[in-house]
Amino acid sequence: MEALIASAIAVLGGSGIYLVLRARTFTVILGLAMLAIAVNLFLLSMGRVVPGHAPVIEEGLETAAYVDPLPQAVVLTAIVIGFAMMSFAVVLAISAHFVTGTDHLDGEEEAP
Amino acid sequence: MAILLILALPFVGICFPLLMQRHGRLAAALAAGIPTLVAFVILMSLAPSVFAGDVLVASRDWVPQLGLSAGLRVDGLGFLFAAMTLGIGLLVIHYAYFYMSKEDRLGRFFAYLLLFMGAMLGIVLSENVLLMALFWEITSLSSFLLIGYSSHRSEARQGARMALTITGLGGLSLFAGLVLLGQIAGSYELTEILASGEQIVAHDWYLPMLLLVLLGAFTKSAQFPFHFWLPNAMAAPTPVSAYLHSATMVKAGVFLLARLHPALSGADVWVYLVGGVGMVTMCYAAYVAFFRHDLKGLLAYSTISHLGLITALFGFGTSGAAVVGVFHIMNHAAFKASLFMTAGIIDRQTGTRDIRGLGKLHGAMPYTMVLALLGAAAMAGIPLLNGFLSKEFFLKETLSVPLMAGTPWLFPTVATVGAIFGMAYSVRLVHGVFFEPTDNKTPKEADDPSFGLLLPVAILVAICVVVGVAAEWTAGPTLAAASAHVVGGDLPSYSLTMWHGFTLELLMSAIAIVVGVAVYVQRRRLYDFAERVWPELTGKMVFEKVLGLVVGFARGLTTRLENGSLQRYVALLLGMAIVAGAIPFVQYGYVSGTQAITPTNPVAVAVWGLLIVAALATVFTHRHRISAIICLSVVGLLISIVFVYMSAPDLALTQLSVEVVTILLLLLALFVLPKVAPVEGSRKRKVRDAGLAVLGGLGMGAISWAVMTRPQQSISDFYLENATYPVGGGTNVVNVILVDFRGFDTLGEVAVLVLAAFGIFSMLRYAHHTYVEGVPDTADDRYPLVLVSASRPLLALILLMALFIFLRGHYLPGGGFIGGLVASVALITQYLASGIDWTTERMRLNFRSVAVAGLLIATAAGAVAVLIDSPFLTMTLLDVNLPLVGQSDFVMTLLFDLGILLAVVGATMTILSELSHMQEVEPYDEEQRAKETDPWKP
Repeated sequence: MEALIASAIAVLGGSGIYLVLRARTFTVILGLAMLAIAVNLFLLSMGRVVPGHAPVIEEGLETAAYVDPLPQAVVLTAIVIGFAMMSFAVVLAISAHFVTGTDHLDGEEEAP
Repeated sequence: MAILLILALPFVGICFPLLMQRHGRLAAALAAGIPTLVAFVILMSLAPSVFAGDVLVASRDWVPQLGLSAGLRVDGLGFLFAAMTLGIGLLVIHYAYFYMSKEDRLGRFFAYLLLFMGAMLGIVLSENVLLMALFWEITSLSSFLLIGYSSHRSEARQGARMALTITGLGGLSLFAGLVLLGQIAGSYELTEILASGEQIVAHDWYLPMLLLVLLGAFTKSAQFPFHFWLPNAMAAPTPVSAYLHSATMVKAGVFLLARLHPALSGADVWVYLVGGVGMVTMCYAAYVAFFRHDLKGLLAYSTISHLGLITALFGFGTSGAAVVGVFHIMNHAAFKASLFMTAGIIDRQTGTRDIRGLGKLHGAMPYTMVLALLGAAAMAGIPLLNGFLSKEFFLKETLSVPLMAGTPWLFPTVATVGAIFGMAYSVRLVHGVFFEPTDNKTPKEADDPSFGLLLPVAILVAICVVVGVAAEWTAGPTLAAASAHVVGGDLPSYSLTMWHGFTLELLMSAIAIVVGVAVYVQRRRLYDFAERVWPELTGKMVFEKVLGLVVGFARGLTTRLENGSLQRYVALLLGMAIVAGAIPFVQYGYVSGTQAITPTNPVAVAVWGLLIVAALATVFTHRHRISAIICLSVVGLLISIVFVYMSAPDLALTQLSVEVVTILLLLLALFVLPKVAPVEGSRKRKVRDAGLAVLGGLGMGAISWAVMTRPQQSISDFYLENATYPVGGGTNVVNVILVDFRGFDTLGEVAVLVLAAFGIFSMLRYAHHTYVEGVPDTADDRYPLVLVSASRPLLALILLMALFIFLRGHYLPGGGFIGGLVASVALITQYLASGIDWTTERMRLNFRSVAVAGLLIATAAGAVAVLIDSPFLTMTLLDVNLPLVGQSDFVMTLLFDLGILLAVVGATMTILSELSHMQEVEPYDEEQRAKETDPWKP
């Protein structure tokens, strides 16, 4: 299971990086979204894989049995912040498009 | 208390001249003078205990973790310097009032002067060396302001910049040196540093520390080869030159040498460095001074020369020399300040400072002539004046430097040569200005200035004479008290009398005087000689060359790195991150852990396979953006399944709802941005990017694998154990962490969300003007019947669900974040189904207000705790079990979470509704629209 998660993080992270490096604003935003997902999964994996023991306290269960709740709290806020960041990037891209008339990252089409 | 007052008065006084200048120049001068005078009087009241050998220390912790304390001390040395700073400061304020142009209102000038005075007092009265470094920097800055006071003149700006660059650089170096010194001595308090001299000298870091400290001292005191800023600082108004650049600020460097003398002077390298640099500076600057035609330039080089003399005395490493060094600091301050003031008077009364244009002024300016003659005689070291005494003692000390026993002739010879030129330029100063026959007419008709302008000069010259005649009675006690703290042990025996019999140093003095006069007589030949062999290379040129190289290098680097391509920056950034991440792998090798692997199952493999395919599909379809968005949404949804598997129900819920709004957002963006991207990018670039992507992805995967296969140690047990009542009061630990344990984090993060929403709002409102063109609507069916009909009942249902999720959050998966996102989805659905106009008509909510209200509620919920003296955001504060509501603690967390919910709803809705308002679709038949958006209306 750990191998599946680690490889998924690798593929998501790699895809995100590749997309972020493209020349169009929208693609970069797609890449950011992908990278955010990869990083969130990465952060969550720091709490190890503990299936079936959500951090909701039940009577008569030792603390060691639960999955680590701290990465979850961190990731939860990260998801929301990630959304804020992405919306901001989207609007930046739109504004830049208004101003420059192109969606190229550098504000002008590359010389052919 | 008294010490603090002395230091605080100038700083507090800064505002007085600024406030008083509207009442005239006299008011401004008085406003600067009175705090100075009061501080001086307070300082004098400490004199009895200082002369008794006491060290008065007033210390208060400031940042104890850094070893920084606001510690002040007054001992003999600090007393001497503080007295000089305040006493000469008073005279300079008086002088400046008469000297400065009548049009100048002086408020700003005196404010700068007081700033400098306070900083200088700070240096000499600091007990903590870090505090001293702080004041040291302020003197550099205030010196910059004062040199550049006539900011319309380019030479003033240049001089100010050069002084700041050199002394500021030295200040940074000094700071590093003092930090090292503190580490070596184990304390930043002077008392302890001065007591651990042997330990410091024996330490491995002694040499680097010494070099750094000396760099600071040498730059400040204009020692060769950093001397050149001082002549260029002569662009400052003359009162400033008299005060900062002869009597006080440049003395900060030698003060530092004196201050740290007991702790640092025990090594041979000290003698070679400090003694050597001092001797070279003393001789070289005296030679250069003789050839300066500008009065202030001559005096500037003379100052450098005398500072070199003092540096050398402290560098000899003997206690006798150190005492002479302190003595010469006093004497030099007196005669050099008087001479600078005299130069200012000559400049003001004649209109020129060029010696070649002056001469025969003894008739027109008799009083000035007498004062200049006495000051110059003191500078040259003529008997009966104070300069004679300290120079005589200096010559004596050069004869007996223990480390120079191998070449006993070296230092005395250099000193005598320096003294010869010292004599020569002093003669030139007096003869060239007042006696030399000349036909030149000065720009202004010369005459003696008013009594007010002559008074401070007269006082200083009187000091020179009195000390010269009766040194033991006048300067003796101060000298003894100050020297005691420089020598760091018992004072050596010395005698301040003039006549010591026919000694070698008397012979050297006589040689200096006779040959000096001879040099002056032969001056024409020397000028011609100097004209021919004058070195092309001056300090200023080197400085400008070096500065030009540095700036050129920085500019070249900047243009090469920063070519305007964001793509390149991102690639560089990611590349650096990958390199930084790879270093530990290379350094320590990669070893996976030994933790038992969780067994896998077919469903997981299927989800994994879909995830990989969807991620790669996003990459491959990225040019066709709608497809890419769909692939991305698949990734997002699958991730929420992964979250479920990894026992993170809260995350799954959040991810699910965020995914919906994210996809909507991206689709909205495609209203404006092109839906298909062109094929572009060279093959080389694609390979490079793919390489970075593979490396970065592999790195992330490798790290998470290494972590997941190792046993866990976490601080989370605390949260798990304390989540329930009485500490946390909930069972859903993630939510308890968010709203209780780490509530401040959460508050900050929703604040970021709200700020992003406001940023988006303002950006789009601005953009509306540029965007009026209609977007062709290609939808076949604008308001699909099924969607419109279903969305109405769904609104109520989803909002109810949001409320449910929100309320149970503290005990079961859910909470304000998720509730807020779900509620946003419910509202957005209405926009989607029935269009913007229809929805806006009915939903008369200002979502920006909702967002702000949410933040305020959350803050208020946290602030309740402050009212009853608990830290901000303490949630378990009232241990009352209210009927129907339950634990009151629960109410507070619920209120906080409600704030979060409202902020999330407000921000999300602001973002999405602003984006959707942007498009102006083609006009649509009003009646048709009404029918389609309200299918249930009869």
